[in-house]
Amino acid sequence: MDTREQVRAFIAERFLFDAAAPIDPAASLIKSGILDSTGAMELVMFLEETFGIHLADHELVPENLDGINRVVALIHRKRTALAG
Amino acid sequence: MLLQDTIRSAAGTRGSHIAIICGDESVDYATLDARSDACAALLVSLGVERGDRVVSLLDNSIEGAIALWGILKAGAVVVALGPSIRAARLAAIFRNCTPRAVIASPKNQPALSEAVAGVGESPKVVWTAPPQGLHNDPSLAQAMQSRALAPSVRQIDRDLAAIIYTSGTTGEPKGVMLTHRNLVNTVGVITRYLGNCPGDVVCSALPHWFSYGMCQVLAAAFTGHALLLEKSFAFPFEVLKSMVRHGATGFPGVPSMFASMLKVESLKELDLSRLRYVSNAAAGIPPAHVLRVCEALPHIAFHSMYGQTECTRALTLDPALVTLHPQSVGRAIENCDAYLVDDDGHVLPNGGTGELVIRGANVSQGYWNRPDETSAKFRDGPIPGEKVLHTGDLFRSDAKGLFTFMSRTDDVFKCRGEKVAPQAIEHAICEIPEVAEAAVIGIPDATDGLAVKAFVVVREGMALTEARVRQYCNSRLEAVMVPRFVELCHDLPKTESGKLRRSGLHERHMASVATVDPPKPTTRGHA
Repeated sequence: MDTREQVRAFIAERFLFDAAAPIDPAASLIKSGILDSTGAMELVMFLEETFGIHLADHELVPENLDGINRVVALIHRKRTALAG
Repeated sequence: MLLQDTIRSAAGTRGSHIAIICGDESVDYATLDARSDACAALLVSLGVERGDRVVSLLDNSIEGAIALWGILKAGAVVVALGPSIRAARLAAIFRNCTPRAVIASPKNQPALSEAVAGVGESPKVVWTAPPQGLHNDPSLAQAMQSRALAPSVRQIDRDLAAIIYTSGTTGEPKGVMLTHRNLVNTVGVITRYLGNCPGDVVCSALPHWFSYGMCQVLAAAFTGHALLLEKSFAFPFEVLKSMVRHGATGFPGVPSMFASMLKVESLKELDLSRLRYVSNAAAGIPPAHVLRVCEALPHIAFHSMYGQTECTRALTLDPALVTLHPQSVGRAIENCDAYLVDDDGHVLPNGGTGELVIRGANVSQGYWNRPDETSAKFRDGPIPGEKVLHTGDLFRSDAKGLFTFMSRTDDVFKCRGEKVAPQAIEHAICEIPEVAEAAVIGIPDATDGLAVKAFVVVREGMALTEARVRQYCNSRLEAVMVPRFVELCHDLPKTESGKLRRSGLHERHMASVATVDPPKPTTRGHA
């Protein structure tokens, strides 16, 4: 399963209670009501545990997390940094 | 005195001072006053009269505040609801309070159409900005351009200012009636014990459609201080940076926010030197968290408070006592009596345990159009004709009269500071054809306080998944009531007479937690 699909599946299952639900990868998860306070923290834990990355406080921002495309870009950046 | 007198006064004495900051926008008192005047004029032109209910479906925003003050200035009653409200709940509230108008954002169109279809007389809709194809519909945007002055509406302080909806034990929404007198009294009392002054910058991420959040909007105009409105606490670090940037002096929170805040690794390095106080309400905060917040922010005053929508606020602990009594919520606020009664209604002396009863100008008149629920909670007080509030909360008091919350007298609990009614969830789950019976409890959780866990018995020969239970609850109930944990089981613990034994469910949960491997420690958070 590719990264984008893994992230979509987690968000759909955990917050929409429907693993098959389509989510616009460019849409804001906060504005569409998919992600709320506890949701954001759970997403972070999922990313850290699943992709082996660590997110510092200043990285827990909408630019990095508020949207599937943004999350995927974040994961790629962090993994490239780890590998390099 | 009426609530809107405060914002008019602030426009006079603090006109050029910031009233509200939200994201990149801000507005001063003169502008907020003028815009809410225009909103009031629009509502009156649409036929809104003294005492009419006006629903607002706006998130934490400058428009949300304009709508609140506008509705009050029109002589109408504020019914503020969360923009993510489910259509069915919105319809039930419409049927209960028959609003004359609704102020909403175009993204509420689907839920609004569905809810309006279920009521007799359709309320007039005012959009924040007109949706596609409806450019002639009334809107706040259009009203702002008109610069109309507020109409003159004669009111007295016994008139209703707001109806705040709260969930009942079986989940049906009950509208708590709050008069101008109730709120002028209580918001005034609160600003005094918090020491609010014009230079304050209070950062609120609390939803303004709940009593605690609405008080933040109202309190700002009382003092003429600035309100830093945040739309959510989804990204705590962002809120903290915003507090640093704007020099926040106060932060009202709920336990789950403090739990999230304590997980921010760089909390102690942030320049929160201007922060003067934090407050907690909506649910009990673990004493350990109180002490850790005080240790992380040693220069602030921690106000541990208790209230219900039905009385806005009732108890507060003197910050000087918080390290000695971190589990307590203190004593009655100004102009309020608080006492404990036993099962026979006798007032208990200090040192006893009993149901908390509240008496005072903060106590609501009751629930809108729900006489039975009203007479159950609001009962005869010592003076003929007066009513006192039976909170349904069990407290103990110590020798010095300091109160500590013990438990509910019913099964309702708080998750992330929001009310969860187990029976409402159980009824919903039992609507699923494959379900024989269901029971819901709150289980201890580090962030939520209590998380929702459902035990579900599947009917003989049928199959059901946890996902299906959650999906169904998500379609039927408010978001907070969707069970985070679902356990499918063969039976539920019962008493000899066949009644559900909730304590048995707690025992089962504790046993299952003990047998699994403990979760591996994450790097996030302090020890």
